[in-house]
Amino acid sequence: MPEQFKEVARSRAKIDGKGLVVGRPAYTDDFAPRDALVVHIIRSPHAHAHILSIDTSAALKLPGVASVLTYKDVARIPYTRAGQGHPEPSPHDKFILDEFVRYVGDEVALVAAVDEVTARDAAALVKVEYEILPAVLDFENAIDNPVIIHPEPEIHDMFPIGFEPTRNVAAAYTMEIGDVEAILADSDVTVERTYYTQAQAHVALEPHTAYTYLDLHGRLNVVTSTQNPFHTRRLLGQALAIPLRNIRVQKPRIGGGFGAKQHVHVEPYAALVTLATGRPAKVVMSRKEVFENTFSRHQMRIDIRIGAHRDGRIRVIDMQVLSNTGAYGEHALTVFMVGGSKTLPLYNKVEAVRFGGHIVYTNKIPAGAFRGYGAIQGNFALESAVDELAQELGIDALTLRTTNMIAEGETSEVFKIMGEGGEGVEMVVESCKLDYCVKRGSSLIGWNPSRLAYEIAPGRIRAKGMAIAMQGSGIPLIDMGSAHLELQDDGFFKLHIGATDLGTGSDTILAQIAAEELGVSSDDIVVYASDTDQTPYDVGAYASSTTYVSGNAVVKAARNMKQALREAVADKFNVGIDIVQFDGSRFTTSDGTFLVGLKEFSADTLYHNGAKMKTIAASGSFTGEKSPPPYMAGFVEIELDVETGKVDVVDYAAVVDCGTTINTNLARIQVEGGLLQGIGMALYEDVRYTESGHMLTNDMMQYKIPTRQDVAKLTVEFAESYEPSGPFGAKSVGEIGIDTPLAAIANAIFNATGARIRELPLTPPRVLAAIQAARRTLDSAN
Amino acid sequence: MNITITINGRERSFDIRPADMLADVLRDAGFVEVKKGCDTGSCGVCTVLLDGTPIPSCSYFAARADGHEVTTVGGLASEAAELAEYLVAEGADQCGFCAPGFAITVHAMKKEFPSPTDEQIRHYLAGNLCRCSGYEGQMRAIKRYLEASNA
Repeated sequence: MPEQFKEVARSRAKIDGKGLVVGRPAYTDDFAPRDALVVHIIRSPHAHAHILSIDTSAALKLPGVASVLTYKDVARIPYTRAGQGHPEPSPHDKFILDEFVRYVGDEVALVAAVDEVTARDAAALVKVEYEILPAVLDFENAIDNPVIIHPEPEIHDMFPIGFEPTRNVAAAYTMEIGDVEAILADSDVTVERTYYTQAQAHVALEPHTAYTYLDLHGRLNVVTSTQNPFHTRRLLGQALAIPLRNIRVQKPRIGGGFGAKQHVHVEPYAALVTLATGRPAKVVMSRKEVFENTFSRHQMRIDIRIGAHRDGRIRVIDMQVLSNTGAYGEHALTVFMVGGSKTLPLYNKVEAVRFGGHIVYTNKIPAGAFRGYGAIQGNFALESAVDELAQELGIDALTLRTTNMIAEGETSEVFKIMGEGGEGVEMVVESCKLDYCVKRGSSLIGWNPSRLAYEIAPGRIRAKGMAIAMQGSGIPLIDMGSAHLELQDDGFFKLHIGATDLGTGSDTILAQIAAEELGVSSDDIVVYASDTDQTPYDVGAYASSTTYVSGNAVVKAARNMKQALREAVADKFNVGIDIVQFDGSRFTTSDGTFLVGLKEFSADTLYHNGAKMKTIAASGSFTGEKSPPPYMAGFVEIELDVETGKVDVVDYAAVVDCGTTINTNLARIQVEGGLLQGIGMALYEDVRYTESGHMLTNDMMQYKIPTRQDVAKLTVEFAESYEPSGPFGAKSVGEIGIDTPLAAIANAIFNATGARIRELPLTPPRVLAAIQAARRTLDSAN
Repeated sequence: MNITITINGRERSFDIRPADMLADVLRDAGFVEVKKGCDTGSCGVCTVLLDGTPIPSCSYFAARADGHEVTTVGGLASEAAELAEYLVAEGADQCGFCAPGFAITVHAMKKEFPSPTDEQIRHYLAGNLCRCSGYEGQMRAIKRYLEASNA
């Protein structure tokens, strides 16, 4: 740890925090023009249907209705709503409006009116005649089902991803290192298990919102709750067939994302209305629409086989995955691949490893990006199976992990072979304090292998479980971020970044990073972000990229700014640049002679330097050549009621290696928030449907997210760690927190009861059934 | 129909439809600090005070507020600003979308329970959901804020 820090590695107040608490206008709908047309989206009531006719005449006659648009009014251009790199690894299989609808809620028509009530009344007057088609609702019966969800000829992939729409396959993949079958056959002990993970809803509290208008120049302006303004601009340009120069995308504050806002769900519809009418338009989703008609987490079946020596050395892992992408294939391949690429390297000493499977279409809500992004699903299967292996071997589950897990200075062949949608990059792990994380976590929770469960009262059992996890820090050689710094009079700096703060505090930490490198106070960095006209390019906020990728871009911009400042001062005083030094407030020569203060010079360069006056600006861009993983160990203590099957989390201890914590408080809340979303997914969050494919869990009374009464205690600590390639030693922290609760809690339930549950969520009926099944097995064995 | 509501101390008249919800009427009138999150009174981001009692304005007919006093976080500006100091100091704030409704409920809790136990805090604020944080920072912030207010 070579540096003493002044601005990073400490807690600083989030720069927008106070304004948000007192309720200043901040989010998209707070700024929407009062005269914006309200767009109501008419949605399919059927899981799969062909639109035979749409009669809009009555709706158009209703006073206050400005426009009614159907697929007949829109060019038929297949696109993807996934905000990812380009070319997108997601198939182009979606039309803004289409004559086929492929899940309940698919967009049928748009009604734009002066207010919401009029738009809704008009929507009720639109007559749509459907030919109902048979639907594919069970993802395990999707491949080669006689019902083909995407028979249309125009759809395509952007590069080979195993796209076979006639088989209902959105993507497929396989890789193998070593001879998996031979080593499995040769292993002393093997476990072979199947796990299921469910669809989870993001439930960011701000519903997806966008408004659009044409500016003075006739350009389409889009203000939206997006995680990636630049991808949004590109996707809109492609889908609407307008040049990107005619589109501006801005993101104000957004009320949570978690991956939900990494896609264009509302922007194209507001834009269509604005382009058709010339008037401002807005789409504000209802919560029902957010649940039913955005994306969920990919549901998966994961078949896993592990082989090991009797002494506990893991020799081989085989993971075969079936993933449900729903009606459209956004993030189909990439989420699936992360299921392997960000879990399998945890156990890097294997002789062979295989990963493969299919991502299939069904007539359900499409799946998309969601914090954890495949790693969480893979982690549940792998970290459950490792516990099951420990049980088979009669070895403590913690010891089995420490025997086999990755360590600093090591690598995994998986890094090179598996990327996101293609090959990965070779990487030696330069920072990995997983050993510390496990040790410290076990001490926080009081891990005692001979006492992992005990009864505290009749029928009430306390038990412990654990899991380890890794994530990434951006997508190497694909994700790129940029920053632009400009000196202002009075000696402060504008920092313009394309990065997208979705509530995480990234604007704050990027200012801290700029300040640290420049040697100034964070207060002297004024941040403006996420505007395609005004800020430099950045992929946006996903894949745990912002701190590492955008942070490194800010470091580069700040280094370039220091150089530009020294050059300008050298020029002013007619001295060589090599002797000009800058300490953050004063310029001196190398012998200590004072030249000028930053504040004075900042005014000179704009007002007083005659022919030498100029704006002093500097930029920096960064793309990772690798994606250093953050690591963590998660330990849970649960209390289980054997009569009801109810599981309560008593304590969750998480010890995280994310390198330097740029802002310790904001890093901690990232981990705490991730843990709670993971605990919600482990215990009860579940997107459920009727037999006809209608979503049952379409409001917040049916779909529960954790309240503050649901978890007694979260204990989060950070390992001392320094990632040499990161900004001031930092790696990412946004996703890692969500990964471990699923397996850790399932493992604790096993330790409490002997009942192994391989299907999520771990609801009381499921826990109870598993306990009863375990008892029956025990009884019949006796 | 016409209704009159005293909002943050100032009387305002509105011509509304009978089915209009209070949150929509408030937002349309420019009180955008009142957020809408769930439409079912489940998440708490739309919380306002009605004659001093916290209610979910997204699920409360505006017509019922006729003749009553409504307070948004804008009407508690200095108190909310003080609470904000503790929230940002603890790093308890993330996207902030839940914060105005949360600040309203904290105000009501403080009146009812000036020195609440942890259990009372969790119970009183259970209807104010936050999807970003794990609630831990908010707990620390509330406790420090109440300690300072009661000192």
